[in-house]
This record gives sequence, C-alpha cells and structure tokens, in this order.
Amino acid sequence: MIPVSRPRLIVLIFVIMAMLLGLLTRVWYLQVKSSSAYAAQASAERAREVIEPPTRGPILTDTGSPIVDSNPALVVSVSMPTLWKMSDGGASVLRRLAALLHIKQATMMREVRLCTVGVSQPCWPGSPYQPIPVAAHVFDRVALQVLEDQRQFPGVTAAIQPVAHYDQPISTDLSQVVGYLQPITASELKAENLPTTGFSAVDLVGQAGLEQQYESELRGVPGVTKLAVDAAGQVTGTLSKVKPQAGDYLVTSINAALQEDTMTALSNAVHKSQGAGSPTSNGGAAVVMTTTGRVLAMVSYPTYNPAIWTNGISTLEFKRLFDTAQGEPVLNRVTQGQYPPGSTFKVTSVAAAVAAGYSLNGQYNCPATVTIGGHSYANDGNPSLGNMSLYQALVISCDTVFYNLAYNIYLRDRLKDDIVTSPSFPAQEMQKMEVAWGFGTDTGIDLPAENPGDIPTREWLYYFWKDNAHTGQDWCKYGKINGSYAEQIEYQDCRYGNIWTGGQAAIAAIGQGYVAVTPLQLARAYVALANGGTLYSPRIGEALISPSGKVTRINPPVVGHLPVAKHTLAYIRNALAGVVTSGTAAGTFGGFPLGKVCVAGKTGTAQVQGNQSTSVFASFAPCNHPKFVVIVMIPNSGYGADVAGPAVRQIWDGLFGLEGHKAALPGGVLPGLPGMNKAGQITPPAGFGPQPPKRGKHGSAGTHRTGARH
Amino acid sequence: MSWVSRQPRSRPAPAWIALRWVGARLAGRDSALRQADWLLTVSVLALTLLGTLVIWAATAPMLAQQGLNPHTYLLKQFLNVALGLILMLTVSSLDARQVRLYAPALYVLSCLGLLAVLTPFGSVVNGARSWISVGAGFQVEPSEFAKLAVIVITAMLLSDVRHGQTRPAPKSVGIAVAVAAVPIALVVAEPDLGVTVLLALLMVGMIALSGVRLRWLAGMAAATVLTVTAVVKFHLLKAYQLSRLTSFINPSADPRGTGYSAAQSKIAIGSGGMHGTGLFHSQMIAGSFIPEQHTDFIFAVVGNELGFVGACVVIGLLGLLLFCALRISMKAQDQFGTLVAAGIAIWFAVQAFINIGMTVGIMPVTGLPLPFVSYGGSALFADMMAVGLLQAVRRRRCVFTS
Repeated sequence: MIPVSRPRLIVLIFVIMAMLLGLLTRVWYLQVKSSSAYAAQASAERAREVIEPPTRGPILTDTGSPIVDSNPALVVSVSMPTLWKMSDGGASVLRRLAALLHIKQATMMREVRLCTVGVSQPCWPGSPYQPIPVAAHVFDRVALQVLEDQRQFPGVTAAIQPVAHYDQPISTDLSQVVGYLQPITASELKAENLPTTGFSAVDLVGQAGLEQQYESELRGVPGVTKLAVDAAGQVTGTLSKVKPQAGDYLVTSINAALQEDTMTALSNAVHKSQGAGSPTSNGGAAVVMTTTGRVLAMVSYPTYNPAIWTNGISTLEFKRLFDTAQGEPVLNRVTQGQYPPGSTFKVTSVAAAVAAGYSLNGQYNCPATVTIGGHSYANDGNPSLGNMSLYQALVISCDTVFYNLAYNIYLRDRLKDDIVTSPSFPAQEMQKMEVAWGFGTDTGIDLPAENPGDIPTREWLYYFWKDNAHTGQDWCKYGKINGSYAEQIEYQDCRYGNIWTGGQAAIAAIGQGYVAVTPLQLARAYVALANGGTLYSPRIGEALISPSGKVTRINPPVVGHLPVAKHTLAYIRNALAGVVTSGTAAGTFGGFPLGKVCVAGKTGTAQVQGNQSTSVFASFAPCNHPKFVVIVMIPNSGYGADVAGPAVRQIWDGLFGLEGHKAALPGGVLPGLPGMNKAGQITPPAGFGPQPPKRGKHGSAGTHRTGARH
Repeated sequence: MSWVSRQPRSRPAPAWIALRWVGARLAGRDSALRQADWLLTVSVLALTLLGTLVIWAATAPMLAQQGLNPHTYLLKQFLNVALGLILMLTVSSLDARQVRLYAPALYVLSCLGLLAVLTPFGSVVNGARSWISVGAGFQVEPSEFAKLAVIVITAMLLSDVRHGQTRPAPKSVGIAVAVAAVPIALVVAEPDLGVTVLLALLMVGMIALSGVRLRWLAGMAAATVLTVTAVVKFHLLKAYQLSRLTSFINPSADPRGTGYSAAQSKIAIGSGGMHGTGLFHSQMIAGSFIPEQHTDFIFAVVGNELGFVGACVVIGLLGLLLFCALRISMKAQDQFGTLVAAGIAIWFAVQAFINIGMTVGIMPVTGLPLPFVSYGGSALFADMMAVGLLQAVRRRRCVFTS
C-alpha cells in the first residue's frame, strides 16, 4: 500500500462503522422503541371484515299481522366499476342482461346511472362501488345463468337478499306513516358509522316515517366475519365470526280494519266534495285513543303504494309523489299538513275565556256583526241570535260571541300599542291557552319531519314579520297600497305586520287568521279535552319485540296538562255532545244510532282567502267516558258539517260496527299485545285471528336466515 | 516457486490431473484453504446459511398456498450456495497477480453482458432491463458481475504507481474514470438506479483511496453535486425512479404505490419486536404482504420473524465480514490488493446499507439485494467470487511475508 492510502482507508473504516451503527440504531428504534405501534398496524392489515346483513325487522299492526316484512328473494345486481372498465362501458352486458330479465334496456340504463347533480330518480343514490340491484324475485334459472356465464355477464351477481314486502292494502293505506327504504348515501354512512355490506339492497335505510324513526331498532346488527387474508386478498383462514342479529319487530297500535275504514271514509269525502265542484285534492284523518294517546289509525289522502320505491322508483312515480296537483302523496297530511282549525278551535277559546274570568253561567250576545278597529266581523251566515250561554255558542257555533270575548281579552292584556319589537314579548292570554293545549309546537309523535303549526303569540308574530318583511315573502317589495287585494294585504303586512291587533285576536279565537294546526295537534287537544286534561305525545309504535322475544313497550309520554278546571272540560264536552244532537252537526248525524254509541263533536269551517273553506270535524266517543277521538281535516272543500262530518260518521260506524258496518274494534275493545311462540313467530293476541306472519317464500333456501325468529 | 513445478512428471488421466491440481491448491501448504481467513469464511458461511433459512421461511408458506413444492426456493438457493462456494474456492486459489491479468477480460465480458441485456435477449424486471435469459428458466444479472469487474479494473489502473511517485498518475485516474464510466452508462440505460449509484460510489471511493490529491476529490464532489442538480433540473430520472426516491420520505402518502413495499416492510420489521414471531410463524410473511420479500426485502423477513436479535446478528455478521475485508485491505502486500479489498468492502457496505436502509425506511427503494442473504444466483456468485478474491489477496500477503 502506498502511504497516502492508509489514512484514507482509516477514514473508510470509520465511515463503514458509522453506517452499521446507523442501521442498528434505526432497527432498534423500529423494533424496540415503537414496536407496539407497528404491531397494531400489522394485525389490522392481516384481517378483512365481511359483513353479513341482518334481516330487517317487520312493522306489524296491533294484532301482529305484517304491514311491511322482509322476504328473501333472488336479487340480480350489477357492479358498475367492473362494467366501466369495459371498452363499451358495459353497454353490451346491460343489453344482454335486460333481455334476460325482460326489462327494457332504457329502464335498466336509467336505474344503474348514479344520482348526481342534474340526474334525478330513477337513479342509484348509493355508493358507485356497491352492486346495484336491477331485479328482485328472479327465477332460479335466470340467477344460475347469470352466475355461471360470467363471460357474458361480468360484474353481474345474483344472491338471496331480503327484499321489502308490503302487505296490501294496509301498507298503501298507511304509506306515509310507514315511510320507505332507500340505499344509504355516503354521508349517512359516515354520519351513522354504519358498516357497508357490499350488497346494496341490504344497505337500505328508512328514509321517512316509522322506517326512519325506528331505523336503529328495525335494522338489526350485521354479522361480522373476520378473515385472515394475504396481501393479494386471498383468504387464508377465519379469525372470528359473529352472526347477524335480526332487527326488532315493531308492533304498532294501527288497527288494519280501522285504518282501511278511515281511508275509505276520507277518500269518499274528498271524492264527494270534488263531485260537488270543489277543487280539494287531499286531507288527513286520525283516530287516537283518549286514555293512552295511542294512534289507532292515521290516513293521509292521497296515498301511494310504498312498494314503488323497491329496486328504484320510476320517473313517473317519483314525479307523482311530489306533484301538488296530485295532492303530493308523499306528504303525511296528519303530521305535516297545517290547516286553520276553524270553529273546532273554539274549545280553547272557551277555556281561555273561563280562565280570564268569564263565567260558564253567563249570557253572551251573538250579534250579526262585531266591529273591531273599524272592521266589521260577521257571524257566519249573518244571523243575530241574541243572548246565549257558552254551551249554546258552541252548539250553534256562534262566531260573534267569540269575537267579543277575544276582543275584550285582547283589550285587557294588550301592551302599549302592541307593536311587537322583540321576540321576548309575553304571549297573549288566549294564545297562551292555545299553546297549553299543545298547538304551535311539535306533538313529538314517533314520526320524523313533523310540522309545528302556527299560533300567533307575540314571539311568533315578531319572527313572522321579521322573516317576511324584507326577506322570505318580501312584503315590502311586492306590497302596493293601491294594488290588487293580495298586494294591499302585503302592503299592510309590511307596514303593520308586527302589530297585534284586536281583529287578529278576534279571528284567531275562531281558529282562523294566523292560526294553523296539524290534524294530529287537533286530535291530541281533543284527546286531552276528552280524558280530563292529559296532553300526550302520541305514539304509533306500541312495542318492540326482539327476535328472542324480549318485549319493550313504547308508551306515549304525558307532556302536559291542560290548565283548565275539570268541570270546565266537562262543560265543553257536554256542549260538543249537543253539537251532534241539536247543533251544527245534527244534520250530519241524522239517523245515527246515538243510543248505541253517544258521539260528540265540533264542526269547523275555516275560510281561506282565495280558496274554498277547510272542512274540519273533531269528534270523540262515547260522550260520557270518551275512549276515542276522530279528526278529519279536508282543505279547500267546504263546510265542516258537509265534508269532514260525514267522513267522521263513517269512521265511527266502522270502529263500533254501526249502520251496517263491520266493527273494527267490537265494543270499542282494543286487542292486547301480540306475543311470540317458542318458534320465534309472532302470535296474534287472544281472540284476534290465527295468523303468524309468514317469513319468506324461499323456504328451503335458508342460507341467509339469521336470528332466533326463523 | 510456482505451482507449475509441482506437477508430476508422468502423464496420468486428465481428470486425475485436474483433481490433483485442485487438491494441491486446496490442501497444500500455501493452499487457499490452509491460508484462508477463517473469520471471513465463517462470517460468510453463517450469513449465507442464515440467508438460506430465511429465504425458506419467506417462500415456503406462499408456495404451499399456491399448491407448489414449498421447498422450491430452498433447494434452488442450496444449488446457488454450492455453485457460489465452488466459485469462491476457485477464485481464492488464484494468485492475485493473475487476477490482475484477467481484469481486462473480466471487464470486457461484463460490459458485453450489460450490453446484451439492452438487446432483445434482456428481460425487464421491476422496470429495469437487467436480466439475460440463458435458457432452461435460468437468468443471469450481468450488473452483479460488473460490480466485481469495476472493482478489479479500477484497482488495476489505480495501483499503477510509477516508481518514485507517491500517487497514481493523473492519466491513470483519467483512464480509470473513463473505464468505469462505460459500465455505469450501460447500467443507467437499463435503467438501474441502485447499481448506478453503487458503481459511482465504488469508483469515487477507490479513486479517493488510491491517493489522488484531496483537491481532486473536492473537484469530484463538486462534479457530483452538479450532476445531481442537472439530473433533477432536466428530469433525467424516469418517473418511477423519482417516485421511488421520494416515496421513502413519506411512504404512507401512497400506500398502494411505490411506498407500499417500504411501508409494509417497516410494519413487518417494527412488529417483529425484540424476538420476532419465529421462523415460519409470521402471518404477514405467510400472506406475502411485502413484495419481493425473499429477494430485495429479505431483511424485513429477518426483522419480522427473528426480531431485533436476528437483525443484530445479520448486521453483526456483515460488520464482521467488512472488518475482515478492511483488515485484508490494510495488510495487503501491494496497492492492487489494498484497492481490491477496500473496493469489495465499499461494495458490501454500501449495498448492505442501501438495502437494509430501504427496508427500515431511511433509504429509497432500489433493486439492490442484501449481500449473501437475498435470494438470487447472480448476486450470490458475484459475492462469493469477491470473497474468494479477498482470500486470494490475503494469501498473497501470507506467502510473501511468511
């Protein structure tokens, strides 16, 4: 070695030592210092989860017969990412598949496109990576052909999946209450932290009604199998397996026969009103138990068959659901429709008057007109009937008695000028009473997307004016002092919208003006009137029964008590019995066997500017010990006694089995809760039919069946 | 005295002559075996055996899952080791001066090999055209032999120090650079980034050791910096090379792409902990989560199944091997021996550092195998020949000092 090389060689030795030391340090850091973190990562990588869908719990009537059920069916699905990779985007595969399934090719193309901006139903609202179901209930032969000829049908699968089965006519009669199922959207998946199964048809979530409300209970718990996999995704073994757990049965208090009777009564009333030339298109009716707050029937007209949502809804059907000219069948009028209650509201006005010190024994003048603030307010039909009791004022529904009462109370509790400049202004005496009866707030029923209605408290008035003077309806922009009638109103609203006037107070007392209520709010107010003052949050769900038979009862919570003395309520009830025997509804109930079942009620006819009147009838029975409340509201149709009244009569007929009808609830006795036998089948309550709900047509194909109830 | 004089006078069968010749070379007083550096031999054998064992563990579960003979790679590597040992013995029995004579031939052969991979005879593996098929399913990777050739030819040229001079002549250095540039250029054309970097470092390191003036070294450093700048600036690196280079800085940014192997390897080594899962007991290895786990990423298997202890043994054995190589370099009789031994030390050190560094995430992912441990014939043959060369250099020293 030449001398100059030696020191350089020594430098090399040190460099190499440093390299080796560096490696050792790094290895020590990975394997000793942060080993546990890497160990966790390693175990997470080696396992894959396979989600097995649970069977969704059915929704049952009060006797345990199914409204919606899950039936296993052979479903053909298309995995679009596989098809997109093909040169023609999968068009040839879809063409062959459409021919095999006897579906129009255009229909199939629409069903498998993704819902994005500008693409509306029918389209696929779920994840593009989920197989999209294109046909359910296919024949085994078709499924086999798809599975075995994967060269012709790449990306197409067939598997047994639970498919929603809607029993008719109950599910159509109850469609808005039941709601519907739609594939889960990516955002819902994230928000609810739900696992994807990869099989789209089972990644359905309730999007409205009971299906949405009881989603977590009905859904069940998916089974999870943890598989050991290699880097290529090949399964090398099973690490753990948890079987899926079927969803709970939801037993509702809906009585199938009563629901159908109510639907018939309501649709008859709408058709009859249409026949008489009215433009009405929709309405709501409800039957509620006075002693428990349970809903026995809830009908929104028009209705639709919820089965149209299964496997993609067609454009035509989707448009019809949201078409106002067709009455927007998707809306539940009972909880979402907001109508002026008309004279049915007078029960609260009597209570408010008594609370304000007016005597039930007093005499009240019923003139033809009352002038308030320079405006003349007429009694309906303009009769001047002289002095009368409050009983009589309810029986014949004298408006002017209530105008006077409301105006006098208004004068007593009016603030200076009553210009509402802050939402914290106190509520007026009468409106306070209306709120106490449950109006102006959600009932809290077990249905989503309820509307609260309107009670013109000062707070409400403040926001109403603030939200619409310059924004919203923008009265100040469109209002004209000398314009059309509507423009004049807007001008007035712009200038004086936040002033609480005597006139508004007067017409609010007869359930008009700003007042709007949902049929359900009216029903629970009458329930409270009938049961002595208990205000319920109504419930449709009666109990949840787990697949193992554990029963969880759902009880309507008591949310308040009417601030009204018992004898005042009794006085009002008595008056409402008089309405039917000798008052505004006497004609409607002419010939009704009141001797068998005493029915009480109140008519309501709310005039709506530019429309026909909203026809309302609120009723309870039996008069002395009320058990049921029946409410019918039909907007844009006519007098309460003419349209809604006969519908209510028909519902009572059906409930008790009067006037040639078959009794839905003979003797007004409700069935007990359905039970569950040892085989895990739902059994009807004693005396109510022999039918356990049948589960599925593929009796032999039990591979996917899970849970104790099978 | 030369080995020729010991040949018997009679003329026995040629096979007998050959056997006698080999026997004399191996067992004679000055023979390769007798005068071998046993520490070097032991560390190489230990490393090779450990490597073969780990290759077995890395491949058997995967092969079994595919329904193949789980011992295929083990048997193939046994064959490789046997051939490698024969090559090592053969080279070690050569005289270092002969090697010097063979250097130009070795160099030309490697350059031809490197040229051949660029022709249709070459096959592409992992983006680089670096293999030649030699039929019957066997492949040769000429770049492995080119490493050895560059070391030997560079050492030959740089050890040519004129009498009375203390440094190699500038002309010799210039020739050495030009000669090394040819295989480097051919490797760049494959393109194989790892081998390019290794060959460049070998050339620079050996020139530095050869005794050139420090200012030349500074100049070379400046040229390197300029080159790297130019490469980055004018996008001379291919996209896959750049992504490999950058992905080691943040492998999780692209877990399924180029960073995937690096990330998986880190997880495998980290989760191995102190003692590892034990050979054949790792699910991660059985599931083939690390691409190339029996070749370039063999150290990940060591770390995963044998833990920190196993990793220390491998690094320790490599350290021992390097120690022997450097000791031989220090004590070599002539400048050629010093440079050859030092060049081999640089080769193994740099290649081990880049390889292990890549598996633990401190070096970019390149295609350099771990010497003696990774599966592969060409690499093991070249490595073994280098060890043989080390032994030859050492024996020459022994012969003349004893």
